[in-house]
Amino acid sequence: MDFGFSEEQNLLREQVRRFMADELPSSTVRALALGEDPERRAALWQQAADLGWLALIVPERFGGVGLKWIDLAVVLEECGRALCPLPVLSAAQAAAAIARCGNEDQRRAWLARIASGEAVFGIGLYDEPNWIDPQGVRLAGGELLTGTKPFVQDGIPSTHLLVATRTGDALALAIVATAEVEVTAQPAVDGTKPTAKAVLDAVRPLDTLPISSADLDFLTDCGAVAVTLEAIGAAEAVLELTSEYAKTRIQFDNPIGKYQGVKHRLADMFVDIESFKSLAYYAAWAVDDAVDELPRAASLAKAYASDAFARIGIDGVGLHGAIGYTAEYDAQLYLKRSKWVRSAFGDADFHYRRIAAMG
Amino acid sequence: MDFDYTPSEQAFRNEVREFLAENLPPPKERGRGFLAGWLSKVRAKGWVGFSWPKEYGGGEGSLTEQAILKEEMALHRAPPLGTSFMGLAWVGPGIMQYGTDEQKQRFIPDILDSKVNWCTGYSEPNHGSDLAAIETKAERIGDHYVVNGQKIWTTGAPWADWIILLTRTQFDVERKHDGITCLLVPMDAPGVEVRPIENMAGERNFAEVFFTDVQVPVENRLGEEGKGWQVTISALANERSSIGEVTQMFARLDSLKALVKATRRQGRPAAEDPAVQRRIGEFEAKIAAMKYNGLRYLTKQLRGEPLSSETSVNKLHRASLEIEMADFAVELTGMAGVQLGGDDAADGGSWARSSLGWPGVVIGGGTPNIQRNIIAERILGLPKD
Repeated sequence: MDFGFSEEQNLLREQVRRFMADELPSSTVRALALGEDPERRAALWQQAADLGWLALIVPERFGGVGLKWIDLAVVLEECGRALCPLPVLSAAQAAAAIARCGNEDQRRAWLARIASGEAVFGIGLYDEPNWIDPQGVRLAGGELLTGTKPFVQDGIPSTHLLVATRTGDALALAIVATAEVEVTAQPAVDGTKPTAKAVLDAVRPLDTLPISSADLDFLTDCGAVAVTLEAIGAAEAVLELTSEYAKTRIQFDNPIGKYQGVKHRLADMFVDIESFKSLAYYAAWAVDDAVDELPRAASLAKAYASDAFARIGIDGVGLHGAIGYTAEYDAQLYLKRSKWVRSAFGDADFHYRRIAAMG
Repeated sequence: MDFDYTPSEQAFRNEVREFLAENLPPPKERGRGFLAGWLSKVRAKGWVGFSWPKEYGGGEGSLTEQAILKEEMALHRAPPLGTSFMGLAWVGPGIMQYGTDEQKQRFIPDILDSKVNWCTGYSEPNHGSDLAAIETKAERIGDHYVVNGQKIWTTGAPWADWIILLTRTQFDVERKHDGITCLLVPMDAPGVEVRPIENMAGERNFAEVFFTDVQVPVENRLGEEGKGWQVTISALANERSSIGEVTQMFARLDSLKALVKATRRQGRPAAEDPAVQRRIGEFEAKIAAMKYNGLRYLTKQLRGEPLSSETSVNKLHRASLEIEMADFAVELTGMAGVQLGGDDAADGGSWARSSLGWPGVVIGGGTPNIQRNIIAERILGLPKD
């Protein structure tokens, strides 16, 4: 019985955290979120690849490190803490999709390129904004794809898109070259999670991976787990920022953190973060080691985190008072992330009711 | 990360299961003599005081074995392993840590053998959450302390044999935490008077306890004079893992799910109501969070890392679940939910009774707001109130 991280995992965490502190301070995060400085972004992406983060869950025989989602968990958590705008999450999801659903040729063709950072994937599973179900996939499949895929995560900048398609009841994942698609950035609340709309006009997929609805569920669950892991780091950053402020901001002759209206809210944040952290770690472990338990574990984690982080995002701004409302102060960036987290891969209502339906 | 148990841990679990299969009949078949037999059998197994050192008669089980034992006992809805919950939870550990050899010999075996029941004299009419401000006076006269004052909300006092009592031996202190002395007092000592208080569920299991010129021999002092606060804190810090509680909560969630399945609202199955589905999901998420929080904290202990006050996290979850699950069941079942018994009561009135019984669990070990203070001050480093 050991529900904790290993020495190696802790070292990996240290490495990622140091990298984020050195290379992705909030000024850089803000610039990249606005699409500025593409060279800097490309250089950072290459560094992330060189450090092995994109290869973590890729099997060794395809040029990866051959580790598990629980190892990836520490990277995603630290990405979330820094609000890192690089598409590490989408790379992991693409790798998981191709490793699980692709044939041997497809794995050989794509996994090493994801691991090296050469292929940068944007991902679009559902066409419906809030329908996590095979019926929420609308884009028609086939040899040539024509239609629109909305809500493509990390679509810009990317080299490839992984999009879900449907032909009758048959589902597939199509890999298309971004250059052959008309991709437009959509303004969204959280600039660190860029969303695009892809318009396809007789685009021939480079590869097509037939999938079952269980595969679609698996990819959705992986997405939900990944988003929740990022939310742990982000929520901890809010708690740290707000606790520090509460210790130093003096009102009515005392630090505001002395007042129970403030300190109890911060204690509740701690309780919630501890809790969805435990749920998310278990879900991340389940991806590789207890996949039968993944649907329930992923839903428990994402449901809890969706509502809890949304409250944390709001209170992180609110407890700061007016300074929290300013563009200059970082609390607002986390509030924006919490809005995105809540909706990505199913909100609390969807996941809580899914748990109930499991009996 | 690894959720497997070692072969010897697994063997221990099997041993517990076999024992339970043999010695624990279903609740309805547990006759009058059952409890006495049960207590002596688990005692013979060494499972009473399972975390205690062998030299004191304990079982010296590892942290993981302790968790397994609690989990299995809860899973099979076994009765407690001793009649003195407080004796096993903190009086015994306090005596082992601070007691004299004579005290250890005198008190520990009786706790393990369920011969003596303990209660805890902490709260006073004017001092509950602010425990260190207690005023019950103990005055040293020769080889005795003479105790005068009053305790209240003393759970188990109506049937306890002994009380672990916090008294003040010094009033002119700079810090209220100083000058407190811990005494072990027999409940039948002259001058001790117990007046039970009826709670809102109609039970009379807590009480006011009055002390009038009660003579307590000096050899009944636990720890040094004036250092009773440290004794209390470290005894209470004898945190038990919450794993048994989590198993109980999962069992209650199963009962709640069964109740939902059996219930119709407005002529339709309650299980199809999205609002009901959502609440069930929320309860499960909180209980699962307790489970995995508990395993993370157990891992920390196994690795020899100090636990801070993280256990307050699960106490807060437990408190809100305790209140909300019963309240939800009562509302779910409409007028049948507010019957305490009789033919028409939902689940025989058990949820209605729970909806009146939560304060014993929620307030007993420190109110939720005190748990929040603990987290905010000790973990987040916020200034004290």
